[in-house]
Amino acid sequence: MSFPLLTATAVLPALGAIATAAVPAARRNAAKWLALGVSLATLVLAVIVLVRFDPDGDRYQLTESHAWIADFGVRYELGVDGIGVALVALTALLIPFIILAGWHDADPLETGNTRWRPTQGFFALILAVEAMVIISFEATDVFLFYIFFEAMLIPMYFLIGGFGDRAHEHGEETASTQRSYAAVKFLLYNLVGGLIMLAAVIGLYVVAGNFSLQEIAEARANGSLEMATSTERWLFLGFFFAFAVKAPLWPLHTWLPNAMGEATTPVAVLITAVVDKVGTFAMLRFCLQLFPEASKWATPAILVLALISIIYGALLAVGQRDIKRLVAYASISHFGFIIMGIFAMTSQGQSGATLYMVNHGISTAALMLVAGFLISRRGSRLIADYGGVQKVAPVLAGTFLIGGLATLSLPGLAPFVSEFLVLVGTFARYPVIGIIATVGIVLAALYVLVLYQRTMTGPVKAEVEGMPDLRARELVVVAPLIVLLIFLGVFPKPLTDIVDPAVEHTMSDVQKKDPQPEVEAAK
Amino acid sequence: MSASAVHSLWTTAADPITKIDAPKIEYGQLSPTLIVIGAAIIGVLVEAFVPRKSRYYTQMFVSVVALAAAFAAVVALAAGGYGTTKAGIAAMGAIAVDGPALFLQGTILLAGVLGVFTFAERRLDPEAHGNRVDSFAAQAASVPGSDSEKAAVKAGFTTTEVFPLLLFAIGGMLVFPAANDLLTLFIALEVFSLPLYLLCAVARRKRLMSQEAAVKYFLLGAFASAFTLFGIALLYGYAGSVKYATIAQVVDGTIGDINPALAGTMGNDVLLLIGAAMVIMGLLFKVGAVPFHMWTPDVYQGAPTPVTGFMAAATKVAAFGALLRLLYVVLPGLRWDWRPVMWAVAVVTMLGGAIVAITQTDIKRLLAYSSIAHAGFILAGVIAASPDGVSSVLFYLGAYSFVTIGAFAVVTLVRDAGGEATHLSKWAGLGRRSPLVAAVFAVFLLAFAGIPLTSGFAGKFAVFKAAAEGGAGGIVVVGVISSAIAAFFYIRVIVLMFFSEPRPEGPTVAVPSPLTMTAIGVGVAVTLVLGVAPQYFLDLAGQAGVFVR
Repeated sequence: MSFPLLTATAVLPALGAIATAAVPAARRNAAKWLALGVSLATLVLAVIVLVRFDPDGDRYQLTESHAWIADFGVRYELGVDGIGVALVALTALLIPFIILAGWHDADPLETGNTRWRPTQGFFALILAVEAMVIISFEATDVFLFYIFFEAMLIPMYFLIGGFGDRAHEHGEETASTQRSYAAVKFLLYNLVGGLIMLAAVIGLYVVAGNFSLQEIAEARANGSLEMATSTERWLFLGFFFAFAVKAPLWPLHTWLPNAMGEATTPVAVLITAVVDKVGTFAMLRFCLQLFPEASKWATPAILVLALISIIYGALLAVGQRDIKRLVAYASISHFGFIIMGIFAMTSQGQSGATLYMVNHGISTAALMLVAGFLISRRGSRLIADYGGVQKVAPVLAGTFLIGGLATLSLPGLAPFVSEFLVLVGTFARYPVIGIIATVGIVLAALYVLVLYQRTMTGPVKAEVEGMPDLRARELVVVAPLIVLLIFLGVFPKPLTDIVDPAVEHTMSDVQKKDPQPEVEAAK
Repeated sequence: MSASAVHSLWTTAADPITKIDAPKIEYGQLSPTLIVIGAAIIGVLVEAFVPRKSRYYTQMFVSVVALAAAFAAVVALAAGGYGTTKAGIAAMGAIAVDGPALFLQGTILLAGVLGVFTFAERRLDPEAHGNRVDSFAAQAASVPGSDSEKAAVKAGFTTTEVFPLLLFAIGGMLVFPAANDLLTLFIALEVFSLPLYLLCAVARRKRLMSQEAAVKYFLLGAFASAFTLFGIALLYGYAGSVKYATIAQVVDGTIGDINPALAGTMGNDVLLLIGAAMVIMGLLFKVGAVPFHMWTPDVYQGAPTPVTGFMAAATKVAAFGALLRLLYVVLPGLRWDWRPVMWAVAVVTMLGGAIVAITQTDIKRLLAYSSIAHAGFILAGVIAASPDGVSSVLFYLGAYSFVTIGAFAVVTLVRDAGGEATHLSKWAGLGRRSPLVAAVFAVFLLAFAGIPLTSGFAGKFAVFKAAAEGGAGGIVVVGVISSAIAAFFYIRVIVLMFFSEPRPEGPTVAVPSPLTMTAIGVGVAVTLVLGVAPQYFLDLAGQAGVFVR
């Protein structure tokens, strides 16, 4: 038996989480370094996975399969395709930056209580989330996926509710109430989604008799597993609902601005850049593969919802007064693009959607983390409290601008490639929807540039006077992300090489071919 | 049967005494029950003859040894194949020794051991006049607030009778799911109920509330027992026998000889339906299913918390065992009649328990309503009417009882000047002050909520899967909705513990003796093991899923 590489990528952060939690209260710096070390080691493992992955090889690689709960027809089955491997790498890549950015976010306010160890808890929870997210990207057993899809809510919930920004403008009391409100809202939305999915998971078992993605998909493809049309549609809806809450898709999105607004910035990045990707990823992997007919049946409705997400998210982002909520609404708009790309059912659309997941992760992380550094300097999330920052802190302003330009998909930066592919892919099959979706890009330019203009340019506000520029730790966080954005913007081939074959597989699952003439024209 | 059996009712009485055979008792197969009941009697003798000072340790020793021995006997029987191939009827048809019986007996005994541990805890309450005291009244018979009570406290009395009472209750519970005729069922019901009524009344703190709880429990319990007994009479009228197998044959219409004395009423479906409904009603009362749940919150709140924990776990196990046997052995032929009714009961139980729990402000009442909701989930497995349904219920009961005992054991730790601080507002910020205790309680709550990687999820999945396979998809949908509602109030407690500011005059967390620590530790361990690697126990429950008849 070869070394279980995929298991290791999840077990390592899980063990790291336990070890971090066990660090004594006084040694909180040791806990931070331990967590950072573990996340870097996980990154190394993820890179090994990436290198060992052969884009032209089997569909699922590095597979592991062990008996687990035979009574439920559940096996411990892992395997990655190109989409999975890209997202595992994204997760492992972002976590060290998240940890580094949150270096001081969980230092205890009072020092008397020796039993209360928020710092250890904060970093242990981040690692726990990393472990669960990674295993959900790797699981090829529906039940195994479901378990971690659900279980990751618990550490996320504690991260949102337990830790907030320092120096809240309304005082700690209100901040704490708002935080626990946001955390409960997050949990209830996702739990309800997950429980509805549970009913569908049980239904799938009753129909199929096991949970192996490959077996079921194969049986569906060769016709040995028949599903009544109505059964397939109900099961699809059960799965899709959970993923749409997680993604989040309009009108199930309302938890996201609360959660991202109240959580500390690194946690907000964790939500939108990492955890939410599980939702869109699962649509690609589970909805399309398990229920191809129902997916096609639902496509028009989902495309309309995605379109609403794009426009609505962007419009609300334009109107926000709070920086973090602005990024949250921008994310809703972007998730609309991703979902639109997935359900456009063209290979460009789906490749674009997968790239979008990766690029959105990096660009949002860059923008949001810089925004977090800005907020921590001034102690306010309100846009109106800033002005003229670029004169006092030019590096901060510059990195903020690059993050923002990436968010609005400026050509030359990574998100441009994916957004372009999504739009081309959608246009090929649904021209009207593709055209309307471009409005989202215009609005993105509006909310990003207005945000930059109001906070960074203009006369220097009194409170901004003397604001320090990015520190070394903060530069270490931001610089690599920006390098990556530029690199993948100019040269996306390594990523597309990995993703494209996987997308071809998914396309053949739903038995959709690209519309011929358009493809010809594109060439 | 010979021809002389024409008037068997009268002729048996007229036969010479010599013709009565001595009953054949399979002592080996009945040993778990016999050991526990025997130890309970020894416990009574200990109360009578052993000096007051050494009673506590003697009782604890007797109880733990007896329960461990009985558990060993159960394991030996199961290993000897009595759960599967050698399953059969013992004690002249009164007791069934089969997979479900042994599995449930094992669960009850383990819950009993943890129960003894929590009963014996003496470090939580502050010492009274230099004596360490447990959760039970100094002298149950003294009037609350009276001089005799003060004198009893001053003298350092303790109610060590709780141990034999507990053993009697366990003895009855062991028989209850194994009872193979209706009279044994009824006697077992009374044998475990009466000690529980008493145990509810003997709290050391808030004695009036405890006594009130006991009276409520007793009155309603007696009422339910009367229903059961009347139902048994009607079923006897219907089938001419109290034996499960015979009744089942009459229901199926496969019985050969008809009792002429009852020929007029025998096979009358009205008797069958009303009788069966009344017996099931009595069992649903014990289970705490809506609409027979009214006693649960008051009794759970008033009873001494160790008793609540034990009762919540073990009574449910025993009563669901008896319910399963009744429905699967006696009334499978009536399936098309009882399934819709149980459907309705399960739906209102799940929803009712979950919805009412939202408004609760007392942790014990909250757990009481949560136990009602859980009864509904278990009923979903009962409705499946398949071997899978049986084994899923068995698994759920095993998983649930450890979570419950553990959760109530944690409740005993959080105390202020008035004893246990059960009002939810006092739990605010507990996570800041005692992260470990709060984390442990959070694990239990997450298990109750059915979050993956806890035993609660595995159990819930098992019963829902069995229900869905049994064609009760609607139940699964209702179950999922009520799980979502239930999650809300479990989460609320977690929010309170971790995200609320601690109150300055909030309760303290007492450091318990190793006894309670063991109970809690075992609870957490079982919760996590059954959540991550449930296969072995599912196998066990799967093998135990077949009733003898």
